[in-house]
Amino acid sequence: MSDANWQPRIVAFFCNWCTYTAADLAGVSRLKYAPNVRVIRLMCSGRVDPQFILDALAKGADGVLIGGCHLGDCHYGEGNYKTVRRFQMLQRLLRDMGIEDQRVRLEWISASEGERVKTVINDMVEQVRALGPLNLPQRRQDWDCEMTHLAESAGESAGESEAAEPRAEPEAAHA
Amino acid sequence: MNPETTKVWNQAASRATAAAAAHQRRVTIDPITRLEGHGKIDIFLDDQGDVERAYLQVPELRGFEVFSLGRPAEEMPQITSRICGVCPTAHHMAATKALDDLYQVEPPPAARKIRELVYNTFVMEDHALHVYILGGPDFIVGPQAPPEKRNVVGVIEKVGVEVGKKVISMRRRLRELIAYFGGKVIHPVLGLPGGVSKGLKPEDLPPFKELAKDTLDFALFTLQVFHDIVLKNPDYVKLIASDTYTHRTYYMGLVDAQNRVNFYDGLLRVVDATGKEFAKFPARQYRDFVAEHVEPWSYVKFCFLKPLGWHGFEEGPHSSVYAVAPLARLNVAEGMATPQAQKACEEFFSTLGGKPVHHTLANHWARVIEMIYAAERIVELINDPEITSTNLRVIPSAKPVAGVGVVEAPRGTLFHHFETDAQGLVTKANLIVATQNNAARIAMSVEKAAKGLIKKGNVTEGLLNMVEMAFRAYDPCFGCATHSLPGHLPLCVSIYDRRRNLLRQLVQPASLKPA
Amino acid sequence: MPDKPKIGFYWCASCGGCEEAVVDLAEDILGVVEAVDIIFWPVAMDFKKKHVETMPDKSIVATLLNGAIRTSEQEEMAHLLRRKSQYLIAYGACAQLGGIPGLANQFSREQLLRYVYEEAPTVVNEARTRPQTSFQNNGHTVALPDFRNVVRALDQVVEVDFYIPGCPPTPKITRAAIGALLEGKLPPKGSVLAPDVALCEQCARKASKPDDLSFKEFKRPHQVALDANLCLLAQGIVCMGPATRGGCEAVCPAGNMPCSGCFGPTSRVRDQGAKILSSLCSNIAAKDEKESRDILAGIPDPVGTFYRYGLAKSLLRRKVNLPVEAAQKAL
Repeated sequence: MSDANWQPRIVAFFCNWCTYTAADLAGVSRLKYAPNVRVIRLMCSGRVDPQFILDALAKGADGVLIGGCHLGDCHYGEGNYKTVRRFQMLQRLLRDMGIEDQRVRLEWISASEGERVKTVINDMVEQVRALGPLNLPQRRQDWDCEMTHLAESAGESAGESEAAEPRAEPEAAHA
Repeated sequence: MNPETTKVWNQAASRATAAAAAHQRRVTIDPITRLEGHGKIDIFLDDQGDVERAYLQVPELRGFEVFSLGRPAEEMPQITSRICGVCPTAHHMAATKALDDLYQVEPPPAARKIRELVYNTFVMEDHALHVYILGGPDFIVGPQAPPEKRNVVGVIEKVGVEVGKKVISMRRRLRELIAYFGGKVIHPVLGLPGGVSKGLKPEDLPPFKELAKDTLDFALFTLQVFHDIVLKNPDYVKLIASDTYTHRTYYMGLVDAQNRVNFYDGLLRVVDATGKEFAKFPARQYRDFVAEHVEPWSYVKFCFLKPLGWHGFEEGPHSSVYAVAPLARLNVAEGMATPQAQKACEEFFSTLGGKPVHHTLANHWARVIEMIYAAERIVELINDPEITSTNLRVIPSAKPVAGVGVVEAPRGTLFHHFETDAQGLVTKANLIVATQNNAARIAMSVEKAAKGLIKKGNVTEGLLNMVEMAFRAYDPCFGCATHSLPGHLPLCVSIYDRRRNLLRQLVQPASLKPA
Repeated sequence: MPDKPKIGFYWCASCGGCEEAVVDLAEDILGVVEAVDIIFWPVAMDFKKKHVETMPDKSIVATLLNGAIRTSEQEEMAHLLRRKSQYLIAYGACAQLGGIPGLANQFSREQLLRYVYEEAPTVVNEARTRPQTSFQNNGHTVALPDFRNVVRALDQVVEVDFYIPGCPPTPKITRAAIGALLEGKLPPKGSVLAPDVALCEQCARKASKPDDLSFKEFKRPHQVALDANLCLLAQGIVCMGPATRGGCEAVCPAGNMPCSGCFGPTSRVRDQGAKILSSLCSNIAAKDEKESRDILAGIPDPVGTFYRYGLAKSLLRRKVNLPVEAAQKAL
């Protein structure tokens, strides 16, 4: 069911001091990398609430990339330590929920590592491409199909008695 | 009409006639009420209007055994308690005992006593719920009483408002004891492998001692009520002993070392329809004796005695059906472990003509006797000097592999079986829940009652309740039985004629409109 | 004399604990009963679906519906009661969040059915019989409702006006909510009728909760002696308190066990499990990745621990690679 035109859509949370600066550098240096990434700048990778990652996936992202300073280099001291701890647990959680490791990725990229931004992004886009779309909005729609006909018929037959409602069970003799 | 068309027409007509005929011969009770959980009963009549077949269907499933996979085993007492909010403590305790087995650890004596205290308190208040509110009204007010009276309000009218208040207040106080140890009464938290989480402070003891005393008085009072209202009424006694509500099956229950009823612990004992011991085994061997059978018309599985194989919904010499819960427990045991209960038990058997008693409705009486035992046990435990000890935990050190825990829930034998990996995460779970053990016999009771009561298509108001009395005596918990979420359906019997016209509709009569 | 407001209690996929919670109002229930006309309460009263169907729309002032939604029949009832009620109130964790049965969203329907009816160690079923939505035998046809692929909270099926949280809700919360309803003093639509603070605020162990939590390891409750007075987090025990709404006054810690999160999150949190994950993990005392991993191994089951009650309402809702099997005659 994958569309031949499908392109991976990746949401990236980059920390202002390191990775975002590196991405700028990549841009300025005219390094070509895949256009599939939407970058969101935060002051620190430690600001990445796991809810952001899950929300991005829930809204249709095929992957999420978090970029922060190398351990020990965080502008705020401890921030990226929190990131890695949360990330480790989140990855286990995502595995248990059927989401492949390659879809959510944490990278330490310092301000001067523009080249690294390019390689990481290109690499991740290809990995996610190989995995295919995650497309949670569509999956949710598919899950909720089982309810749709009933909701419609409930709307239609409001005020009528039971007779008109199509039912899964033909012979249920309700009062 | 050309011959081809005629042929098709005739085929269609005979199919339609057959379908209509099938429809006409169908009576549905949907849902059944005054029980925990829900179900519906479909009764099919033959051409003479007599009952051909009755199906008791339980329409739901949740899947605890599957979604427990990967969960830390120590969470199972709290997870499995959500199988049932009426008997959460039963699941909690069975799971806790399974954890003891899993980790090969024995709780210290004080912890065991606290568990027993909480557990007997729970059995006491849960039995009281059934006696006064769920099944009891059938007797205390009477199966022939008008529907509006056949509920707790009618019970209060019969026994008096003061007594009514006593029932509510007694239950509340007992439940407060459970909440003391368990944090909350619905879904308590106290169970751990090797102990309990919380103890009893000496300064909190006196009110509980009062409560214990009052509880025993109340249990004995309930027996008196039963005597005065039920046993002194020859019609009721006749009803109890009638063949419509009698099945000669096997019985199962937990017994202590002296073969006396014990809710918390012991060995499982099974007796046959003559009272002879068929098997006695520890919890761990349950799979050699208990098996489950599946039918396409219900989500509940039906237990039977494995060594005998499944022989259908039958009683008699080839049957493998067994029953659990109060009547079964009394049948299986050789007595009660406490004096007043023993006395009541002796009277029970001598009145009903010896052991074993096969009359399903005698469950109500057996339940009251168990209330007395539970109350006496509460008195014993609360007065035990060790009850305030602070030595409540043994920290497990063994590697977990598998554990089985069995308790007697108010509604029957409850089996929890977990297997885990080395980290103690569940890799397999098997839950055989009290009412499942009874499921086959309940189905048989419903069908037998229907057959005995519905003749020549004559379906009356009284029928509804009389058929329901057949299952209500078991105090079934279909939520437990399907580890399911009981949904809720209104109860009514619909009777259709050949053309699917609704002839009559009989509404489940027991209405619990409060005073 | 004006008619008393009509109130209803209904249960879907429920353990019955929420029904018991209402009964546990004990003597207080008589006050409620005097003020309202309970037009249905299945565990305690006769209830006909037809009776509800013939009521005018919105004629029931409030229906308190507990239990999650898993079958076609429950969906029907949810829609029916929505039409007939001015306020539809999700009562308890299952209606609000999906509850513990929501954990089934980690597994497929086929897995559930196959285990329960074929693979469980005590099942004897060579014919592989399964319960069927429609079963014919000897001219008899009996039916069962369709068992859905997905467990749902009430507001994933119909519009919900208010939520009363808890597994089950405490008598205090229930009393307060019903009182607010009767006095017409309800907060904005969609509110949760419980205090909007984290549980730690209400916990008796609050004073010993460290300002700077630093986990060197996580202990599971059966592995250690539990101090009855010290903050459980300080003891290295996973407690959901920080990410859980208050209102129960911390009864589980009063029973000397950690909070497991049944009241759901506060209004400021969208995904309770993600929030507690964030909080606990950021506070571990590990300086390198390996040490961090080792400490986190002390929480062996993130889904079951962080989403014990809320999986169905989490951002992901369900294990994403599970199939959707069509409703069939034979399950």
